[in-house]
Amino acid sequence: MAQNVFEGTEKQMSELMACIDENRGEPGALMPVLHAAQDIYGYLPAEVQTVIAEELNVPLAEVYGVATFYSQFSLNPKGKHKISICLGTACYVKGSDKILEAVEHELRIKCGECTPDKKFSIESCRCVGACGLAPVMIIDGEVYGKLSPDDVKGILDKYVKD
Amino acid sequence: MVNLKINGIPVSVPEGSTILQAAKLANVRIPTLCYLKDVQCVGACRLCLVEATGARGLVAACVYPVTEGMEVRTNTPRVRKSRKTTIELILSTHKKKCLSCVRSMNCELQKLALEYNAEEDRFGTDHDLKPIDDLSASVVRDNSKCIMCTRCVAACEHQTIGAIGPKNRGYAKVIGSPYDVSLAFTPCVNCGQCVVACPVGALYEKSAVADVWGAIVDPEKEVVFFTAPSVRATLGEAFGLPAGTNVEGKMVTAIKQLGNVKCFNMDITADLTIMEEATELLNRLQTGKPTPMFTSCCPGWVKFAEHYYPEFLPNISTCKSPQEMFSAVLKTYYCEKHGIDPKNLYVVSVIPCTAKKFEISRDELGHYTDAALTTRELAKMIKEAGIDFANLNDSEFDTPFGKASGAGAIFGATGGVMEAALRTAAMKLGGKGAPIEFKEVRGTQGVKEAEYTVGKTTVKVAVASGLGNARKVLEAIKSGEKDYTFVEIMACPGGCINGGGQPYVHDEVRNNIDLKAVRAKALYDYDKESKVRCSHDTPAVEVLYKEYFGEPNSHKSHELLHTTYAKRDKY
Repeated sequence: MAQNVFEGTEKQMSELMACIDENRGEPGALMPVLHAAQDIYGYLPAEVQTVIAEELNVPLAEVYGVATFYSQFSLNPKGKHKISICLGTACYVKGSDKILEAVEHELRIKCGECTPDKKFSIESCRCVGACGLAPVMIIDGEVYGKLSPDDVKGILDKYVKD
Repeated sequence: MVNLKINGIPVSVPEGSTILQAAKLANVRIPTLCYLKDVQCVGACRLCLVEATGARGLVAACVYPVTEGMEVRTNTPRVRKSRKTTIELILSTHKKKCLSCVRSMNCELQKLALEYNAEEDRFGTDHDLKPIDDLSASVVRDNSKCIMCTRCVAACEHQTIGAIGPKNRGYAKVIGSPYDVSLAFTPCVNCGQCVVACPVGALYEKSAVADVWGAIVDPEKEVVFFTAPSVRATLGEAFGLPAGTNVEGKMVTAIKQLGNVKCFNMDITADLTIMEEATELLNRLQTGKPTPMFTSCCPGWVKFAEHYYPEFLPNISTCKSPQEMFSAVLKTYYCEKHGIDPKNLYVVSVIPCTAKKFEISRDELGHYTDAALTTRELAKMIKEAGIDFANLNDSEFDTPFGKASGAGAIFGATGGVMEAALRTAAMKLGGKGAPIEFKEVRGTQGVKEAEYTVGKTTVKVAVASGLGNARKVLEAIKSGEKDYTFVEIMACPGGCINGGGQPYVHDEVRNNIDLKAVRAKALYDYDKESKVRCSHDTPAVEVLYKEYFGEPNSHKSHELLHTTYAKRDKY
């Protein structure tokens, strides 16, 4: 698994603490605090989960359990370029799993992860409404359609230089 | 009261009762898997489904409340079919290595599968083998056998540790510590309550059985066993004897039949602990050192304090636990006296506890114990040796560490260490004729308090068992709400008799009898019948001081019988 270094700022931490103070002692405080943390950091770093566990006085195992239960929470940061690969039915039957594999291979990270240089992150999505172009990959809002695994390297190269 | 019928049997129960509670009164058995009295009641496993009038589908008896006039059916074809399917679905993701499983013949899932004629492969075998976590010194987790009942998670939360929890979702869901960190690197205190809560073979102790067999056949080694106070009260359960049967005599015979080994009585160092601890307490009171003083026998509590309450570490008695005192005495005094090279003496403690397995790995304790076996592991060795336990004759412990006091024996139950200490402290402060029994500190309640005045000294004491209860007492002390002189803490609810290394007891038994009270009674009866009832009257202890340690808290005893504590991180 790709390892990402935590680079939180003091400003981010004070925002998080403000949210924790607002919710402290309330039953079910964990969810709103995790939402806020994800907004502030873009994901839920282990260091932030530890702070939340300590401040809300809940076990880290519970924080981590909730963070991994809901798919909207992410344990990994998002890269400068966000790659989204459609695994909806139409794209899937047209071989989008092979596209995903090619991207994972090229960037040496798994779906859901971010490269250590924070340049790219990969996620999968379900149907973007461009089934005629299947299989589809979206990078930073730009749609690439009718892909074959061989196309992947050339497309990614354009972003590497950025 | 609410009146209802269960399988046609009329029964009246208090309002708010569940169908499961009502069924118990009607003597109707409803199978359960995720339900565990005092620990978890979530209606998740769907094994206790029953038909009830007024309900739309089948309902979970463990959580469904009774209503007036309700008619419940627990054994209709529909109910049986549902339970059978549920078991078969559980089996489809279970690593069915039953023949070599630690829980074979004692597994709650295996028992239910048999009862409901479940087919083990009806839905195929759809699972990937998951890694086994065996890095902890105490507890091994094999998630391929886990059935997601979450009884271990509830037991851990009940202890207010929360080292483990469910992770991920759906098929990817597993139970474990956050991220893929081993239990060894979490604030787990090794109490093993998760192990005794597990209905299957997903959790078990890190076994020392092979090492001990190896030492027994090693011609270089002289092997000595010693058994903790509570083992005599529980070992029989592993051989089908009723809970609360004292099997001390058979246990000693069985251990001696394992090979050329000696068997000593750990109650002796429980007595030694009391001599050291009572002296330390009186010194603390006289020199104005911090009070309350906390007991230090329980390695689960000690690690809990190191993680969660480091501010109280100066308050914990510096006495080693009886296990570590015994091993130190054996590797020094005993070896010197009998001309044995300590390297060739192999010391095996038999303990009701998984935390003691971690304890023997602590550097500051000197590594005097070579192996720590749980009650379950001893039972396994006895079975493996082909010994007919139930028909054994009684034997006595070997000399010179055979006979101890009743005070040493009650160490195995919550309040026992406190009572033993009070007996000796009362004698030291009040002289002959001091009281022997301190019933206020007995019983299975989570927190007990008492106040005693001996001569001019008033002692306020508290006893807590279960770490949730310990936390309550510690918080009350921190806030200044309570002020005690001496506090006993045991990590397991009810004390060692309910330890994480004790024989597995099915939920059906645990849900219906107070195991803590039944097992503790065996120890209190033993104490009552003992000729010597106070630690300071135990002849072997007197000899130890005369020949080796001089007096309690002497320089030598500080060297060998006392220890230090250090703060540990929580994350």
